[in-house]
Amino acid sequence: MEPTNDQDPNYYHKVVDCQWACPAHTDVPGYIRLIAQGQFDDAYMLNRESNVFPGILGRTCDRPCEPACRRDRVDGSPVAICRLKRVAADLKGDISGRLPAIPAEKNGHRVACIGAGPSALTVANDLMPLGYDVVMFEQFDRPGGLMRSNIPEFRLPDRVLNDETQIILDMGVDIRYNSPVTSLRTLLDEEFDAIFVGVGAPRGKELDLPGRHDEVESHIHIGIDWLESVAFGHVKSIGERVLIIGVGNTAMDCCRSSRRLGGTDIKVMARRPREFFKASTWELEDAEEEGVSIIVNHAPTRFVIEDGKLVGMEFDVLTWDEGARHSTTIDTVTVPCDDVILAIGQENAFPWIERDLGMEFGEWDTPVVDEVTMQSTLPGVFFGGDAAWGPKNIIWAVAHGHQAAISIHNHCSGVPLTNRPPLGMTLVSQKMGMSEWSYHNDYNPSPRQKMTHVELTKRFQSLDLEVELGFSAEQTAREVQRCLNCDVQTAFKAPLCIECDACIDICPVQCLTITSNGDESELRERLSAPALNLHQSLYVSAPLPQTGRVMVKDENVCVHCGLCAERCPTAAWDMEEFVLNIPYASTSGVLHIPVRSASGSKSEVRTRDGD
Amino acid sequence: MPSITKPRIPLAPLPKNELGLTIRDYEGAMSTLCAGCGHDSVTAAIAHAFWELSTPPHTIAKLSGIGCSSKTPTYFVRGAHGFNSAHGRMATIATGANAANRELTYIGISGDGDSLSIGLGHLAHAIRRNVKMVYVIENNGVYGLTKGQMSASADIGSRPKRGEPNAIAPIDPIMLGLSMGATFLARSFSGDKAQLVPILKAAVAHNGLALIDVISPCVTFNDHEGSTKSYRFMREHEVKEIETDFVPLRDEIQASIPADGATEVAMHDGSVVRFRSVPTGYDPHDRQKVEEYIRERHTRGEIVTGLLYVDETALDVHEMNHTPAEGLNRVAYEKLCPGAAALAELQEDFR
Repeated sequence: MEPTNDQDPNYYHKVVDCQWACPAHTDVPGYIRLIAQGQFDDAYMLNRESNVFPGILGRTCDRPCEPACRRDRVDGSPVAICRLKRVAADLKGDISGRLPAIPAEKNGHRVACIGAGPSALTVANDLMPLGYDVVMFEQFDRPGGLMRSNIPEFRLPDRVLNDETQIILDMGVDIRYNSPVTSLRTLLDEEFDAIFVGVGAPRGKELDLPGRHDEVESHIHIGIDWLESVAFGHVKSIGERVLIIGVGNTAMDCCRSSRRLGGTDIKVMARRPREFFKASTWELEDAEEEGVSIIVNHAPTRFVIEDGKLVGMEFDVLTWDEGARHSTTIDTVTVPCDDVILAIGQENAFPWIERDLGMEFGEWDTPVVDEVTMQSTLPGVFFGGDAAWGPKNIIWAVAHGHQAAISIHNHCSGVPLTNRPPLGMTLVSQKMGMSEWSYHNDYNPSPRQKMTHVELTKRFQSLDLEVELGFSAEQTAREVQRCLNCDVQTAFKAPLCIECDACIDICPVQCLTITSNGDESELRERLSAPALNLHQSLYVSAPLPQTGRVMVKDENVCVHCGLCAERCPTAAWDMEEFVLNIPYASTSGVLHIPVRSASGSKSEVRTRDGD
Repeated sequence: MPSITKPRIPLAPLPKNELGLTIRDYEGAMSTLCAGCGHDSVTAAIAHAFWELSTPPHTIAKLSGIGCSSKTPTYFVRGAHGFNSAHGRMATIATGANAANRELTYIGISGDGDSLSIGLGHLAHAIRRNVKMVYVIENNGVYGLTKGQMSASADIGSRPKRGEPNAIAPIDPIMLGLSMGATFLARSFSGDKAQLVPILKAAVAHNGLALIDVISPCVTFNDHEGSTKSYRFMREHEVKEIETDFVPLRDEIQASIPADGATEVAMHDGSVVRFRSVPTGYDPHDRQKVEEYIRERHTRGEIVTGLLYVDETALDVHEMNHTPAEGLNRVAYEKLCPGAAALAELQEDFR
């Protein structure tokens, strides 16, 4: 293999599995260390830099970071990254003084944001410090988009949502509530320099089975519309027996909301076996804890309507082949119910975009959007969040917003959209002395901490009682130590190596080998322990000075304990903190985040390009 | 000394041996030796050899004397029996332990000071008796524990970190062993586990005292320019013309004579040591030829490594003394010590 280019930020970035998996590339180990040191404001600000809504995401994120977490490969459960994020948000003090200054003199460019959801708010967050005038059009009377309308209050309290959306609106966004945009053409005529579309995927999928439209009173509901009505107080009750069709995260919010609005016998009906569910495992567990039944292998066939009233629903009972591709019906059953909620997906809808504006629409009647620039084929019109490519989740919307903001800034500055600021990185040694590091390098065997919930007896009294209580101080103290500090990298300098084997002998997971070079597939087989996880990189050094062999490191289960560096007599190995410098539109010389200033472990000020 | 102990990682995908144990089960306490010490690599090689042989840890007895080297038994196979003896007396204690219980696998770790200075006499007699044990000399040419004075194995002209070059002739444990009638002699280098591990495995299988002289650089006091026992000097002067594989009993032995006429040696337990390559005319059974070869290379400034000499036909200490097949510790007390009446009867025979 060629020697690894460890000057490419993406090599070390990939080693930080959580950060690599996060669409917004949040510096997870960095903020977990800050929490460990009790620097909640710093942890919050570090979080906010990339994901903008730490309090919201600390409760609702789909957590792509957690399945990726190295700790999962090391002891079977990932670090509770998401809930630690919430700890920082819950315990932060007043951070208003640390927000970017908004120039009094505007730069003369006007940007329209359609929708006030996570992607549009991120665009505003990134553009306001640059002096843009941002006008935001919101159909409802409150900001937040689907974070408001689709996530129930018992998961995301209004105060958290209000706090984090208000931070951005207070930058001086011209927000216009109750102002749904009904025509893009009209907006284009209003002389905006750029338009960002962040309207989400607002249309819940319909289930056109016999009986669907035979009711006199409507007891069949579309999931996301129903959640929206609940959120805005238009719906205050539901029947006792409720069927939820579909088993994604929306279904989980529907069944748990039903439980709080009068439902006592709630069944989530799934077509396929449990391992094929779309809902996150923790959301399934939370629903079942509340007494919701999840029924597998039932495919709906018709609504049973008697005298214009919904009385039940008929299902085919299925068996599936391996891989659940083909099913066989083995029975037909009728399940009685008072209400049915359809939560089988949602899709984009753009009835307000005229099709003769020159904007190209693709396969699913959605606009063609560039994956890097977020621009549609109509220059100056950008998309993000669910509006871009259909339903994803909040953290993706934030990532889209950051990219769209860069594009809008380029667009308004006359710079080609493809001319994007590069990723940067810094690597700083963490050595404090003999066998002494500025990070906690010992492996902590604590198990993953379990989130405590409000008692079931109290939980259903009101819709807005938050179920998760957050981690206690003790739980936080244990959970932060489970983080393996994957961002503190094992940096190797081949010219210093005397090939004494000390690092290889001391490594607790046998991830190091000095051997002759070879092809990757063959090399992976003959390491100290075979490197069988092909998703994880091999580090290969330059030829070593004494024998010309190479140092090979399998990144897979390295616990970043630093013993290789402690046992190295020549400091060929060092533990160096990797900081990925992610470019944002707003942060050219604006945002300074001191890292671990109080602990004395590191006093540098993190700077960005152009500082 | 490291700031932390080597952590146990529950799901680390480490290979397992026949007993279902990983290499971690053959480790000991954290080493307190200097970072980069050759001895730590020897320790790791020993752990590897026992792990690969699937030797049950409780059937191993590890012994040592005094010195940096003699600290190392603490650092491998924590489940083994152990004895830290007085300076230079490891061979003596090992002889006694072996006499009492021949059923354990004995490994003694010593250094050039422990074995070639204060303990030289004990080493010589253990060799003569052919005590079945692995005898490892971690040879770095200096007294590291007392701040780096030249030891009895330091070459003439080798420079200490500070002071005058050494003028006193060295003792070469291999030459010593050849002259004392040793039955298994090997030299290796701590920085070359690919060579050392098979030699250690063959040594465990050997029926007698297997003496392994491992050049093990002292990173603190003898790894500089002018040292003849540094990592760099060894990498530049080591000659590896003799290459051996250890083929355990369980593996099917595919009989094939290497092209250069090297041989296979059947070990006492049925395993085989296969000489993959030897220099032309070399015979690892011929004491004289081995001595000539090593001397000839030495005059060229080269250090020959590998399994240099092996004689699997010699009797070990128990066979010479016709002791029972089981350990003496398992023989009933009445039989071992039959009492005054039996003694009187025996003495009667000699009157």
